[in-house]
Amino acid sequence: MDEVCTGLCHLLVESGADAGLARFLSLLVGVLLVSGIPLITVILLIWIERKVAARIQDRIGPNRVGPVGLLQTIADMIKLLSKEDITPTAADRVLYNAAPLVSFASVVLIWAVIPFTPFHFGVDLEIGALYFVAIASFGTLAIMVAGWASNNKYALLGAFRVVSLLVSYEVPLVFALLVPVMLAGSMSLLDIVNAQTGMWFVVLSPLAFVIFYVSAQAETGRAPFDLIEAESELVAGFNIEYSGMKFGMFFAAEFLHVFTNGILMALLFFGGWMGPLYYESPLIAFAWLGAKGGLIYFTTLWLRNTVPRLRIDQIMAFNWKFLVPLSIANLIFISLALKVMQELGISPRDLVSAGFVELLPTTVVLLLINGAMTVYLLGLLRKRGQEARRESMAARAALAQAAD
Amino acid sequence: MALNAVTIGFVVFSILTLGGGIGVVTTRNLFQGTIWLMVSLFGVAGFFILLSAPFLAAVQILVYIGAIAILITFAVMLTRSVTRIKTRYIRVVPSFVGSLLLFLVLLFGITVPIFGGHLPESAPEYVASTRDLGIALVDENGYVVPFLLASVLLTAAMIGAIFIARDEKA
Repeated sequence: MDEVCTGLCHLLVESGADAGLARFLSLLVGVLLVSGIPLITVILLIWIERKVAARIQDRIGPNRVGPVGLLQTIADMIKLLSKEDITPTAADRVLYNAAPLVSFASVVLIWAVIPFTPFHFGVDLEIGALYFVAIASFGTLAIMVAGWASNNKYALLGAFRVVSLLVSYEVPLVFALLVPVMLAGSMSLLDIVNAQTGMWFVVLSPLAFVIFYVSAQAETGRAPFDLIEAESELVAGFNIEYSGMKFGMFFAAEFLHVFTNGILMALLFFGGWMGPLYYESPLIAFAWLGAKGGLIYFTTLWLRNTVPRLRIDQIMAFNWKFLVPLSIANLIFISLALKVMQELGISPRDLVSAGFVELLPTTVVLLLINGAMTVYLLGLLRKRGQEARRESMAARAALAQAAD
Repeated sequence: MALNAVTIGFVVFSILTLGGGIGVVTTRNLFQGTIWLMVSLFGVAGFFILLSAPFLAAVQILVYIGAIAILITFAVMLTRSVTRIKTRYIRVVPSFVGSLLLFLVLLFGITVPIFGGHLPESAPEYVASTRDLGIALVDENGYVVPFLLASVLLTAAMIGAIFIARDEKA
């Protein structure tokens, strides 16, 4: 363990505090900040989400409480907190109460490894990307536990649907995540961002980004994969028995998860805090990260409010017959092309520290591969769509004949 | 033993691991049993952190808690009675002999190398980082053969599973 003492800790020691105490205090402040920022952010996120949804649906959205409805979420929170805290008699008390906590913690814990600027991060884990995947599995667990502990058959059925969705979409998510890890040669999020100095990974492999984006949308249970909640057709799914703030915790976790994924995609594929003048001040770097993450976040909201919901069999078929093979093929093609190009001397041996110009031939070749794959896939999808249409037409014609 | 973070961590993770284990064998509720198993496995992941092997810790959580826990959950869901298991396993003698044998094997397996006549040489190379671990797995002087064998075995198992699960008519 390294005994570094910088920043606040250094200041405390200078002003005469005990070194151990100063270290402890600065660590405490760090932990509080890293866990506190998401908690504060989520209040704002709920407002943003509601406003964006309202705009897309040609409504105004919350506009009564506070300026432009900014305090609406606070009012909602007070309402949720003051509600009666109901636990079903037949529920498994401990597990029932633990599930919302685990669900929310599984999202907040991700923030521990997110680097906000080159110098400000909770902790730079050597296994950052793997940590993210491992922590995400707790979210699945929480939903399963919630569904079972409620002792309600609808909750259990809802949990089954969700768990099958989340477990399936974890596969393409991890395969897509492997691409930036492979390109950076490290699982640390800080290294992954720094490796994008020459070229953003989204340019090197747009397909990996698309796969990650789609899987992340499914992991958070947003449309077109929103059968977790499916508010217009189900009673509520796994959280049917939850009320008050326990229900609120599940929702806060979902809202926060969407934004967390936006920030993660900005870090993994869009160069994180890289942008003009980011080295001038950590604040500018932070602003760049926020802007990129916010933009991706906005597109997920946009998507959520414009596309219809898919059926569960369609979701599963799309994942296992399309996304998973595609993500595996993408990983294999990229690694193969990189090795071949390195042997031919087209691309630099050291991808991490290579500049923009050195990486240009590599980028062009990888982009061409990705483009070729996309064209092939679109052709394949078109053919399948036509076949399905022809089949349904034939079936309809046969039915009409039988009726005559 | 000095009271420092590592000691406290060791005590906490030991309690988690052993307590979880006791929970698994004493609870009459299969679902709670799997939750206790997860607590126990989480404690083991903590030990990996203490042994400065964060990669193994993350894999422990991912593979055991993330995947196997969900598999167990599904298995539990498909059994008839999860919460009210009345029948007890009452053959005390065979279980006593079995557990005693296992305990003795573990006892000798752990204590003899440590306190026995000759100290075994420490591990040939210290795995410092995940990078080293990766290189050791694919290096020809490392563990490439066991790694490949394990991969082939896993692939064969997967193909077998698909073959068994496949619809005959399709």
